[in-house]
Amino acid sequence: MVLFAHPRFEHSVVNNAMVVMEKQLSFITFQDLYESYPDFNIDVKREQELLLAHDVIIWQHPFYWYSCPPLLKQWIDLVLEFNWAYGPNGDALKEKYILNVVTTGGAREAYQTDGRNRFTINQMLAPFDQTATLCKMVYLPPFAVQGTHRLQPNELAIKVEEYKALLNFLSIETSPLKTLLHLEIINDHFIQPK
Amino acid sequence: MGNGFLIQAMVYLSAAIICVPVAKKLGMGSVLGYLIAGIVVGPFLLGFIGEEGEDIMHFAEFGVVMMLFLIGLELEPKKLWKIRKLILGTGLSQVLVTTFAVFAISLVLGMNWQASLAIGMSLAMSSTAIVLQSMKEKNLMQSSAGRSSFAILLFQDIAVIPILAILPLLAIHTINADAAVSHSILDGLPGWLQTLALLGAITSIIVAGRFGISPLLRIVAKSRIRELFTASALLIVTGIAFLMGMVGLSPALGTFLAGVILANSEFRHELESDIEPFKGLLLGLFFMAVGASINFQLIAEKPFVIATLTLGIILLKASIIFTIGRFSKLSHDQNMIMSISLSQVGEFAFVTISFIGQLDILNREDTELMMAVTAMSMSITPVLILLNEKYVLPHLGTKKIDERPADAIDEKNKIIIAGFSHFGSTLGRFLRANGVNATILDHDSDRVDLLRKMGFKVFYGDATRVDLLESAGAREANILISAIDSHETNLVLVETIQKHFPNLQLMVRTKNRFDAYELMNKEVKHIYREHLESSVRMGVDVLKKLGFRSYTVQRAAQHFIGYDEAAMQELHKLWHDTNLYISAARKQIEIQEELLNNDFAQKPSFNDHAWDSDEMKRVFAGK
Repeated sequence: MVLFAHPRFEHSVVNNAMVVMEKQLSFITFQDLYESYPDFNIDVKREQELLLAHDVIIWQHPFYWYSCPPLLKQWIDLVLEFNWAYGPNGDALKEKYILNVVTTGGAREAYQTDGRNRFTINQMLAPFDQTATLCKMVYLPPFAVQGTHRLQPNELAIKVEEYKALLNFLSIETSPLKTLLHLEIINDHFIQPK
Repeated sequence: MGNGFLIQAMVYLSAAIICVPVAKKLGMGSVLGYLIAGIVVGPFLLGFIGEEGEDIMHFAEFGVVMMLFLIGLELEPKKLWKIRKLILGTGLSQVLVTTFAVFAISLVLGMNWQASLAIGMSLAMSSTAIVLQSMKEKNLMQSSAGRSSFAILLFQDIAVIPILAILPLLAIHTINADAAVSHSILDGLPGWLQTLALLGAITSIIVAGRFGISPLLRIVAKSRIRELFTASALLIVTGIAFLMGMVGLSPALGTFLAGVILANSEFRHELESDIEPFKGLLLGLFFMAVGASINFQLIAEKPFVIATLTLGIILLKASIIFTIGRFSKLSHDQNMIMSISLSQVGEFAFVTISFIGQLDILNREDTELMMAVTAMSMSITPVLILLNEKYVLPHLGTKKIDERPADAIDEKNKIIIAGFSHFGSTLGRFLRANGVNATILDHDSDRVDLLRKMGFKVFYGDATRVDLLESAGAREANILISAIDSHETNLVLVETIQKHFPNLQLMVRTKNRFDAYELMNKEVKHIYREHLESSVRMGVDVLKKLGFRSYTVQRAAQHFIGYDEAAMQELHKLWHDTNLYISAARKQIEIQEELLNNDFAQKPSFNDHAWDSDEMKRVFAGK
């Protein structure tokens, strides 16, 4: 299931291309959070039922201020309830897989310890990593489309293909996923042959 | 009113009532239905109608005049100005090229040049009535074919003026000419005075349209007598037609002009729906008269000549128009629609050809022949349009019709708001602030005035009338918003829409839950109780004044509204099952009680545990 959070989706070329592709894949449940809950009034019951029905969860969002847009944080706050997702009896999400799919304006080089942003992208995603871990989920390295400000249409098409390959991979097999845990970003495993 | 009139009326009306629905069922369009009806009752088949067919045709031509008025109403001056190049370019070239081609062919066939030129000019015209009626019926007016065809037809209407002036000059025996032409009061006057009178007539239409008609209609509307409004609408059309006829201009052109000027008026929709039935009847009569006037005896005598001439002229006109269409970059399918539609000889030829006959430019036999060819070509057009649509267009990618340019002649708004009181106007303002302009209908002429002064586009009329909804574009629109105050009117409107425009999405305002239940009984899906949001919002502010935190109350309000909507669905069943006319009042109290009980049991506002760590503390303290 893709949980998509973008407050200004209609202006995002990159996310549009990705979402168009995602919606064509029949094995994906696509949830547009800003479309479902414009008033931030999240239907917790419904969201929990959806979570239970899926094995792999994707948080897809732009990387605003090195984090997610507020509605996704609201979703985390409200849906991952005590004694449901975590806590002594909170085993609902146990051993499900989860990852962030993010778009960043800055290039990959900027997200390095010696780059402008001083941290790598998965360092900055530590809160998500720990949230998932607390819920006993397997947190996979992020898939990142970076340097979106300068992305050319052909480069974007390649990224979308890589993402599609990842989604196909996730739909079939989950056990080899653990071999990917060491990657900085999961993209590296899905670079398409030219 | 003699029996003769009644019998005739009966014959025409029953022929139409029988033939037109059958034709429509068979997918042929109403024009063909009327034509066939005319042929059936005409002198050569059943013989119910004798030679008076032509007189009736002249009378029924008034339908064309009304149609042009209606078309004018849909065309604001600004939009007309936008298509001026189209009118001049395609219109002028079509008339000139066709006239010249027919002229040349006639010369080759051995006619003298006067007759050739006269025939050329007559045959260049197409039938406004057939073309526009067919296109409107098929919703093609806004397609590029529709707009180009309209431009050509409009130019032809203008071209009538010089053609009528030239014809007498072609007369071989000048003595007859005067007798035939003197249908205008201006004939005795010197040229410059005639021109002045023409300009005067046009100016007076413009001035009257701008400053005279609207105030008049406003006074009439205030009287709230419906038929008086209809009478004024008819008076406007007949008055202008008479004025134009007096100075020798085409009445159709005059009413078209008046229509354009009134296109900005708030009474536009009301005028449209008042004139529409008259136009429809007269046009039907006109088509039947054309059918009845076909001289089958002549056709039987010279089948080959008439067939060759008819098909020849259709082919010639169609190919000239197709070539012009290529130059104005129409796509092939649009071009085919236009060429086939405009390929006939128009009703105007009946006038000019008989005129030519009177002037002795053409001998009697040839005149009759040309009349027959004209009638035949008009009757064949609907068939050709049908064939084109069924067998040719599917191969040319008809789908493109949908891609109309942004400045289409009359882009119907996708949303209609019925009722523009406080509720409707707030809604309308919000939509407009987001770039969505709705067509607005309101029945209070004082409010219409006021809102227009403030720059809104509001039209005057009763929104439950099918014809008004139709002219407001209910067929093309996506959503109809009913912001009407009266519950009874709302119910009528809902029924009307569901019956006549089943594809239109309905969004309805209601006063309270009991009115909402009745709408739910009618399967309306989008119902908005006008008090719900504002009363809860007021409650939010009360709680805030009592010291509650804003966000907590905000969430409580969201929950409460959600809970209330769900409760409405639930309690609707209760309402549904009862004989509500007997016990409505008691039932209302019962439901109120049920609601209050539910509130107490479910506490919809206070079971919000978001960001609540009490449970966590309890669990860990218990460990």
